[in-house]
Amino acid sequence: MKSPEFDYIKVRTIEHALSLLANHGDEARVLAGGQSLLPALNMRLSEPSLLIDIGGIDALRGIQVTQNALRIGALTTHTDIENSALVAQHAPLLKLAVGHIAHRAIRNSGTWGGSIANADPAAEWPCCLLALDGTVIAQGPQGERRIAAADFFTGLYTTELADDEILLACDIPLAQRDDWFGFQELARRHGDYAIAGLAMHLHFAGPVVQSARLSWLGLNSTTLRSRQTEALLVGKPLDAVTLELVAASLREELDPIADLTNTGATKKHLATVLARRLLTQANATRQSVAA
Amino acid sequence: MAELQTIRLHVNGHVHTCSVPPRLHLVDMLRDELGLKGSHLGCEHGVCGACTVEVDGRAVRGCLTLAVQADGKQVRTVEGLADFPDARALQESFIKHNALQCGFCTPGMLLAARELIQHKPDATREEVREWMSGNYCRCTGYHAIVDAVCEVLAQRHQESAA
Amino acid sequence: MSITIDKAPAKLHDLTQDPRYIGHSPERPSARRLVQGQGCYVDDIELPRMTHVVFWRSPVAHCRITGINAEFAKRMPGVVLVADGPMLAKICKPWVATLGHLAGMKSAPQYPLAIERACWQGEPVVAIVAETRAQAEDAMAYLQVSWELLPAAVDMETALHPDTPVIHPELGDNLCFTRSLDSGGVDEAFARADHVVSTTFEFGRHTGVTLEPRCQIADWRSAEQRLTVYHSQQAPHMMQDLYARQFSIAESAVRVICKDVGGSFGIKVHAYPDDFATVALSMMLGRPVKFVADRLESFTSDIHARHHLVKARIAVRNDGEILAFEMDDLTGIGPFSMFPRTSAIEGNQVVNLVGGPYKHQHYRAKLDVVFQNKTPTCQYRGVGHPVACAITEGLVDMAARAINMDPMEIRLRNVIPDDAYPCSGISGVKFEGLSHQACLAKLEELMDYKALRAEQAALREKGIYRGIGIAALIELTNPSAAFYGVGGARIASQDGATARFDPNGGITVLVSVGEQGQGTEAIYTQIAADAVGVDMAQVRVVTGDTEVTPYGGGTWASRGAGIGGEAVLLAGEALRANILKVAAVILKRDAQDLDIHRGDVIDIASRDVLTPLTEIGRVAYFRSDTLPNDFTPELQVTRHYAQRDFPFIFTNGVQASYVEVDPDTGFVKLLKHWAVEDCGRVINPQLVNEQIRGAIVQGIGGAMLEECLYDSQGLMLNANMADYLVPMCAEMPDIEVAHIETPTKSSKLGAKGAGEAGTAGAPAAVMNAINDALHPLNAQVTSQPFTPEKILTALGRV
Repeated sequence: MKSPEFDYIKVRTIEHALSLLANHGDEARVLAGGQSLLPALNMRLSEPSLLIDIGGIDALRGIQVTQNALRIGALTTHTDIENSALVAQHAPLLKLAVGHIAHRAIRNSGTWGGSIANADPAAEWPCCLLALDGTVIAQGPQGERRIAAADFFTGLYTTELADDEILLACDIPLAQRDDWFGFQELARRHGDYAIAGLAMHLHFAGPVVQSARLSWLGLNSTTLRSRQTEALLVGKPLDAVTLELVAASLREELDPIADLTNTGATKKHLATVLARRLLTQANATRQSVAA
Repeated sequence: MAELQTIRLHVNGHVHTCSVPPRLHLVDMLRDELGLKGSHLGCEHGVCGACTVEVDGRAVRGCLTLAVQADGKQVRTVEGLADFPDARALQESFIKHNALQCGFCTPGMLLAARELIQHKPDATREEVREWMSGNYCRCTGYHAIVDAVCEVLAQRHQESAA
Repeated sequence: MSITIDKAPAKLHDLTQDPRYIGHSPERPSARRLVQGQGCYVDDIELPRMTHVVFWRSPVAHCRITGINAEFAKRMPGVVLVADGPMLAKICKPWVATLGHLAGMKSAPQYPLAIERACWQGEPVVAIVAETRAQAEDAMAYLQVSWELLPAAVDMETALHPDTPVIHPELGDNLCFTRSLDSGGVDEAFARADHVVSTTFEFGRHTGVTLEPRCQIADWRSAEQRLTVYHSQQAPHMMQDLYARQFSIAESAVRVICKDVGGSFGIKVHAYPDDFATVALSMMLGRPVKFVADRLESFTSDIHARHHLVKARIAVRNDGEILAFEMDDLTGIGPFSMFPRTSAIEGNQVVNLVGGPYKHQHYRAKLDVVFQNKTPTCQYRGVGHPVACAITEGLVDMAARAINMDPMEIRLRNVIPDDAYPCSGISGVKFEGLSHQACLAKLEELMDYKALRAEQAALREKGIYRGIGIAALIELTNPSAAFYGVGGARIASQDGATARFDPNGGITVLVSVGEQGQGTEAIYTQIAADAVGVDMAQVRVVTGDTEVTPYGGGTWASRGAGIGGEAVLLAGEALRANILKVAAVILKRDAQDLDIHRGDVIDIASRDVLTPLTEIGRVAYFRSDTLPNDFTPELQVTRHYAQRDFPFIFTNGVQASYVEVDPDTGFVKLLKHWAVEDCGRVINPQLVNEQIRGAIVQGIGGAMLEECLYDSQGLMLNANMADYLVPMCAEMPDIEVAHIETPTKSSKLGAKGAGEAGTAGAPAAVMNAINDALHPLNAQVTSQPFTPEKILTALGRV
């Protein structure tokens, strides 16, 4: 369908965007890449009276290494991330995940910040940010603030970002030696929102897991970690016994919501399969590193 | 009534100045304001790819791009591909392999394929399939499209080797 | 047992003196403009003062409309008209979609816009016409429609229960059509069997999803009292007849034009309430009205198809002989049978086609077609064939497993032999000449069956589960009037071609069958060029305009090549003869000693060029003063053709699918697909291959991905492109195609149809491959689409 009518302003500064948001409240929407906003408008699911186009704010673009983090600006497109040597080096998890995001034409327009702020439960970036213990940098009328990923995603399309705030960038801790990253998702068609997906970040001490992050997409109303299972992995090698324990723990810990063609039980089963496969991969990598 | 916005953009190498409502999609602007009917509408939710056009050298969904977002940019549609040898090679290959039947998906396919051959010249057959999976075709079953794109990739390899 | 074909199949005889094009794959004339974005689809057309219509459609499965308040909608910018059912009923008659030869079939009258009651989610109730599409949609938000929810019949299994609401009380019940077929001796045959395998097959309701949605522009000119409709449609003459009839205007006052169509597949061969509504609105306004179905509304307003629940069984002996098939088919349609081809045809075909390739002599079938408060259903590519083939081939594979016989082997033992024709199948279908044995042999070679079996076995040792599935099929094409005409439908089973020789030597051919991408115009160009004796570049084909072409049936039931092509061949040959008559007069020679060769008139014996055709044209058209008084050149000829030898000309084929099933995730990877197809004389091998590939992928869609999902209230849950899954490039296999050519003798051309067979066999082949992969794990799936969850459930993993 055609979008309903709205007014439009292309802002040049973050401050202008913020003042417009303050004035118009939930009658206004921020337009970045538009790859989630425009479908909603075209289906007349959303009828804002004002679109604030932040696409011209160059300060929101770019990928740089700061002292201890990789900072990815909100307007960085998925394709920019796909092509970035800095990402490949410092946040290889993102490189593993990016090819699953929709299709090239969407990736050319869709943005890092847009995806994270939208918080679709099956989106890749919120899940990865959570697995990486990333930090959202937001700016509002009160100034800048930092929100840990673990606190950021609160519900279905709901985040800690206030209505009068804009997401500026996210910081991701730089990948360390002895880090292992894995990403896998199960979708019936390439690029679809997945039935279940797992972003994994393990840190090893020798053959043994020192810390684990298992971050899920597609299972519940938002991305989430399976913290009990993460804790279980600490201090363990990735042998068959551990893998069994992980599967059992996930079956207890996870409580996925059914979708149109998959029950919660199916999603739970698929989640255990994903965990097993990634842990097996991690183990194989560690063995070859050790060898 | 929303205020009209004046935009100035290059389309297929020509400058156009238009006064458009903010809600007008880029693909509707191209079709209705500029009469470039080659880009098509199949879903208006960004899934089918029939509206794929090129903005500043990148393939985008014309239905998920507002015309106002293209202000100051270079837009290229299927009608503007004749100037480019890589696009013409794709068109000839599509004809040769009959990689089109009704033709409705074809402009979008060509735009998507062009970006592939430019950015992923070593793509395997499977990678071609994956890249092209953002464009829906109901007629061909995709095999001939994949053949057509792979043949152009192979040709370009030969040409650069020579 | 195996069949070997010792010699290469005999090359078909040449149809013409200089067979340059028929049988070859020259560049398709329309391809060049389409790759440049120079198509002309309905939405590309703009007419002066054109308006746009959007429809308010029922948001629920069944409701009484208690009030329509258009006061505010009418005042919205750009709105020119808001109309409801009673307004349109004043100028458009209701229709009832039944066919006389489907005994006992019943359906209720239907109007362009629902009156008082809407019977399915998506039924159009109110029309808003505005200067632009966006304005009409804006106004929709201000239209106030009040309605009362009514109890709905949304489960086909309970459609006939006494507690279920009868949708049309005047009809008595929700039964649209029922049929029983019994060959006799069926119980005895089952009693004689060594094994009886019974199962239930489910086929999910799904839909066509043409990339170009349904669309038309209705242009009523009140000063002339003439209607022109630009329509994305397959059967322009049928629509011309229907518009004339429903609006009580002269047939000659109606013109239907079909230019480029962005995919149709049967979705666009039916007459929708939207179609009549759009025409009515144009008549009311005296302005053109354009309707383009939005994608969201397409999902609930395009016809759906193929929702079947089938209990079936097969009787087999240990030596592999199939004794009998039996099946009980329940199919749920919409609240109305769809106009004018009816919603009972699909089920009727399932009854006719189950068991088709085989020589068993005992068959019993029952069919119930029931009304529901869901989107109406009707013919969609392949119609009942994909269902019938899946039932048949699924049972054959199950029988093979029961007796521990190779699936290729059991088919070789049971297919009707290639030398048995003409003959009839036990369901009553009449076969002219099929080639099951030759196709199976060719398939075995094409896919290197033995090597694949060895590979499968080796991989099983490593815990990798691959499966090979085979499906033999029959497919009806080139229908006679037995399909629709006998039932009272004014749907032509004959077609015509007018071939005209133009002064500069060009040939213009007007044909009553058009194209929607399959290459029909290309093959007509090839046939005409060969028939007359000119280069293809000299031939121009015109289709899709009721004012211009001969009267005919259009595109459906895979008839374009066989029926339209024959008319083109006959017209081309007749034109050639007439050109030579003129040449004979001009050259003062005997016409028998002359021929046309590549644009020149030549002496047959010496092959000398006597004069170019351009010279014939010059004299014939501009120098009649130089011709004898008693001779007039007739350089435009029309020939018609109807297939009257058989109710249908059946084709046959066989497909194979090679898959890998992941037992942990239930995901299926389609590794490869093969098809050997016998569609008689192949006019353009590349175009036939591409038709088969596209059709196979469409069949795979229904088998693996596509389903219209409903909640308990009859609301469709996945009416958008993100949640309704159509096949995309990454998951589809490479598809290898080969041909056997058994020409039909019912025409000179010998061509049968090829458009739908791919869809007929693909779901069966894929299902059999999945079950072959799952067999060592003691699992089986029979419910399409084969989702990961269904496979995991069969495996006991969830």
